[in-house]
Amino acid sequence: MKPFTYEKPRTPAEAAAATARHPGAKFIAGGTNLLDLMKLEIEAPGHLIDVNGLGFDQIEATPEGGLGIGALVRNTDLAADERVRRDYAVLSRALLAGASGQLRNAATTAGNLLQRTRCPYFYDTNQPCNKRQPGTGCGAIGGVNRQHAILGSSTACIATHPSDMAVAMRVLDATIQTVRADGATRRIPIADFYRLPGDTPNVENTLQPGELITHVTLPKPVGGAHVYYKVRDRSSYAFALVSVAAIVQRDGTGRVALGGVAHMPWRIEAAEAELPQGAKAVATKLLAGAKPTEHNAFKVPLVERTLAAALLEAKG
Amino acid sequence: MKNLHEPDQMRGDFELTRREFIVAGTAAVALTALPGVGRAQPAATTSQSALPLTKVSFNVNGKLRELELDSRTTLLDALREHLHLTGTKKGCDHGQCGACTVHIGERRMNSCLTLAVMQQGASVTTIEGLGTPENLHPMQAAFVKHDGYQCGYCTSGQICSAVAMLREIKAGIPCHVTSDLTARPQLTAAEIRERMSGNLCRCGAYANIVDAITEVGGKSA
Amino acid sequence: MKFDTPATTNPIDQLKVIGKPTDRIDGPHKTTGTARYAYEHHEEVPNAVYGHVIGAAIAKGRIASIDLSAAKAAPGVLGIVTAENAGKLGKGEFNTAKLLGGPAIDHYHQAIALVVAQTFEQAVAAAQLVRVKYERSEGKFDLAAVKDTGVKPKPGLGGASDTAVGDFAGAFAAAPMQFDATYTTPDQSHAMIEPHASIAKWEGDKLTVWTSNQMIAWSVGDLAKTLGIPKENVRLISPYIGGGFGGKLFLRADALLAALGARAVRRPVKVALHRPLVTNNTTHRPATIQRIRFGATKDGKLTAIGHESWSGDLPEGAPETAVGQTRLLYAGANRMTAMRLAVLDLPEGNAMRAPGEAPGLMALEIAMDEMAEKLGLDPIKFRILNDTQVDPEKPERPFSQRNLTECLRTGAEKFGWKQRNPKPAQTRDGRWMIGTGVAAAFRNSLSMKSAARVRLDNRGMVTVETDMTDIGTGSYTIIAQTAAEMMGVPLAQVVVKLGDSQFPVSCGSGGQWGAHNSTGGVFAACTKLREAVAKKLGLDAKTAVFADGHVSAGGRSVPLGQAAGPAGLVAEDAIEYGDLDKKSQLSTFGAHFVEVGVNAATGETRIRRMLAVCAAGRILNPKSARSQVIGAMTMGAGAALMEELAVDKRAGFFVNHDLAGYEVPVHADIPHQEVIFLDETDPMSSPMKAKGVGELGICGVAAAVANAIYHATGARVRDYPITLDKLLGHLPPVA
Repeated sequence: MKPFTYEKPRTPAEAAAATARHPGAKFIAGGTNLLDLMKLEIEAPGHLIDVNGLGFDQIEATPEGGLGIGALVRNTDLAADERVRRDYAVLSRALLAGASGQLRNAATTAGNLLQRTRCPYFYDTNQPCNKRQPGTGCGAIGGVNRQHAILGSSTACIATHPSDMAVAMRVLDATIQTVRADGATRRIPIADFYRLPGDTPNVENTLQPGELITHVTLPKPVGGAHVYYKVRDRSSYAFALVSVAAIVQRDGTGRVALGGVAHMPWRIEAAEAELPQGAKAVATKLLAGAKPTEHNAFKVPLVERTLAAALLEAKG
Repeated sequence: MKNLHEPDQMRGDFELTRREFIVAGTAAVALTALPGVGRAQPAATTSQSALPLTKVSFNVNGKLRELELDSRTTLLDALREHLHLTGTKKGCDHGQCGACTVHIGERRMNSCLTLAVMQQGASVTTIEGLGTPENLHPMQAAFVKHDGYQCGYCTSGQICSAVAMLREIKAGIPCHVTSDLTARPQLTAAEIRERMSGNLCRCGAYANIVDAITEVGGKSA
Repeated sequence: MKFDTPATTNPIDQLKVIGKPTDRIDGPHKTTGTARYAYEHHEEVPNAVYGHVIGAAIAKGRIASIDLSAAKAAPGVLGIVTAENAGKLGKGEFNTAKLLGGPAIDHYHQAIALVVAQTFEQAVAAAQLVRVKYERSEGKFDLAAVKDTGVKPKPGLGGASDTAVGDFAGAFAAAPMQFDATYTTPDQSHAMIEPHASIAKWEGDKLTVWTSNQMIAWSVGDLAKTLGIPKENVRLISPYIGGGFGGKLFLRADALLAALGARAVRRPVKVALHRPLVTNNTTHRPATIQRIRFGATKDGKLTAIGHESWSGDLPEGAPETAVGQTRLLYAGANRMTAMRLAVLDLPEGNAMRAPGEAPGLMALEIAMDEMAEKLGLDPIKFRILNDTQVDPEKPERPFSQRNLTECLRTGAEKFGWKQRNPKPAQTRDGRWMIGTGVAAAFRNSLSMKSAARVRLDNRGMVTVETDMTDIGTGSYTIIAQTAAEMMGVPLAQVVVKLGDSQFPVSCGSGGQWGAHNSTGGVFAACTKLREAVAKKLGLDAKTAVFADGHVSAGGRSVPLGQAAGPAGLVAEDAIEYGDLDKKSQLSTFGAHFVEVGVNAATGETRIRRMLAVCAAGRILNPKSARSQVIGAMTMGAGAALMEELAVDKRAGFFVNHDLAGYEVPVHADIPHQEVIFLDETDPMSSPMKAKGVGELGICGVAAAVANAIYHATGARVRDYPITLDKLLGHLPPVA
């Protein structure tokens, strides 16, 4: 780890001031991903702003009938919240499918959204990686790429986003609330939050430097059967090969998003229109333009099969 | 909480480690320089021992411990290298094995993935705080009885994890295999296995560990 | 003590302490965090500074230049060791590649420098400032591509490269039933939870290293040889080892570099390999390609058995001896085995739990399942039909004990094999396709010299000292049980001290030879101590009875403490072997039964039941022996379903080099496991009449899983691990 300075502000204003003083500083909350990366100097902030003292740790009903989730709410607490379990079960399920009990106790809502890829070439600083070091190339293309993206990838990067929670948030149409260094706040629909890798895989979302996530807001519950179906090589404590977040209504309509297949949670509203026709029809539309790699062509049929399993589970 | 320490000479740039790939004339040979250019070096006058230290205090196993630490020191290294509480193990240092599991407050955490300075004022319980060879915690005794360990290196983490995990079930926190999210989770083998999956045991004592936890959980339930 | 005639009745046969499922005596330490592992000796070495290892960034080539200036100027840095400044270094007998590379680089993450600093954080940070320029050269990284360049390896632990009996080619060609298939097993990683770690301290020219090592004497020798100093000047201490599985059989870079670093900075230095370095820096189980051919009569008698295996390693390396078990497991008059070794520039291949047999049986026991099906025979019946009581290559050599058939029958009964529908893909439990599989387990039992020293003090306490290690195997406990049984004292009266090169040289921990040999050494030393006690008291050693803390003979009974007197008594001896293991074949046997569910939609496999039946001589402690077996079954489950070091065939390294990327089984993967030990003693093995079980437990497990997956789905996968992508094309359509 490179040396860094550390501070723990008490108010958002203090945090904002800290980011102004220290361009390039990083916020730290749970630390489960950032410290992991700092130890390898994949992340090397010169200043750490510990946001754990800022509040933002409550889950509250919104006037619109939804839920406002503080950025610092731990994954365990979010998954265990009774309202989430009752009305947004896909979110509980996704959270519980991820990481381990210990990690969920530490990891926060905002941190989970901001997880960086687990691509092994990103993690090995001897290897080329356009995400870690723009312009060096991509080791995974032509290398070992079984875990990698089949959708939305570019010639610069085929990494996937590792979060389970984000897939559920996407299917729930969550909104991300932020405060910028100048104190201005904004709301970013999750559909607009993540970016495809394109030529700049190092830029993963639409946050600006110094912008801090304060809340994630869920709209009012949409009912239906909630399913999060995660497929992986071992039974637990592993990242998804493919995952499906689905909310299915009694009439067969609903929403669906995929994890483990792209640089972001993958949701195509047009594909959802096919839900009453079944998994194959939905998968065909979701997978339009799929570009599997040497080692992950299996993800194409796996998406359809996982979708089918998820829809079956939704029927109960 | 206050900004604890911010030595001037350590305000550096934040440029990521840069890596150069210089492809030489022939395809067979590549020259590679590694790893990084990165931040400017501290002035040569910096004394080799001059370490910008941060004061931090937290409670460990019921005792207030005050330390002056490098801000980079993880809670795990603070315990092992500074407090000599080596019961907490470093297996991977990256949150991939669970050997470093301790309790922070009532909750189990990977001590490798939190900085000591972030635990100012916290209450930490390690394996040494649960029991001693002469006075074993019921979970420690159950691990001995059921042979829930072999090499012993993951064991502290397994035991700390198990103790906190039973509290999580009691508190009604669901897990991946909980079939009904709205009902209270039960102490079943499947629940234990899923909840303990963040603790790797390469010796493969899993089945015995589940037996040990089931016995303790059954008694306390 | 020379063991060259079969064991007769001896004090171990009393079974007052031996054979009991005793809790481990080290349990209270391991469960309270008070057992000290290699990196944790603050008390003995309060002033150690920290070393961080830098691994090579290329797989093959040379270092053009190293620029240490920035790192040297970094805060807290005390010194940097490289091949340039380390002085002349030799290479250990047991090392293939040099432990400190440069200028030549032999494999990815080969150590090229150690940065020593006041603190851990400073050492790690400074290591990032070392600038290295490499000249990369072409390497070979793809086993399949270099397979045909393989040559006959030198004979080694796995025996000759080739064996042949009868006329395999003719018999195979003439056989009415033929089978020919090729299997692959991937590179695998030990992935022990404690990374390799050492603390080194010099006092003058004497070196002490606290380390994590399975074979103390081997590593003393190799450390001395590498440093070019007398062995007598090296002391290794390794009381607790956080998992080895073969990965800590040898001197590795942590110990060497800690010693070099400590010499350079004139302070004790501690080094732990950081996890992302462990996989490529150390050793691994090499991948294999195996071709198996069977010829049989229509009623299922094997007439021709052929097994060929290809593996790769660095130059001067050794093969994965995957054909070993095929030389001994099944009858068949015409047979051939062959191993070929190609040069690969991947990290060093070496022993991992049951080297040879583990990957060999992964292939052979699928092949047996396939052949049984082809013959229309039940796979258990087929194996029993081809059982042998003699070494099939040397029929004049009987097995000392061979209860394979009994293992299979007992397991079948216990597992409910009778109810099995032999047709695959017939059983469903909701979305799960259910199948069961069986495989034979086989692992040789090796005889190794092993010494111990036993002290008796005036309180009647018995202290055993041997450089034997306990890598989780239960050595502490079975050695204590042996001494207690021999000396007639309660277990609490025995103190066991292990893992110190100042103690007599033992067999060490490897190849499942630890249990019977190390306790055999303790048996020998205790026999001598009994003689010394008797002699001192003027009793007849032959008839003296050691029980309840007393020695009794001729109507006299004396407390042992009194016999020892204030000066105490000490005896040292070793068990040494004659040619019993040449006259008869010493092996262990078992049968694995597995039930799996395969998700009909996604192809995920979940193991639902596991049973092992083992015939391995006397079981010294059924509790710790059972743990060895369930642990091995767990590793076998990993081998079947998930474990694979993924090779980047361009850059030449194992890509998934951490515990997130290299998946090993977690709690949720492993169901309740059952183990049955057949009641057996083997007087040919040692005075203990015991053999090992720690590796037997992994042998055959993966094939039993593979066979169960076939039975569940009808999909025969011959390439491990059997991940869901290999099953998807064979699953029923989804709605």
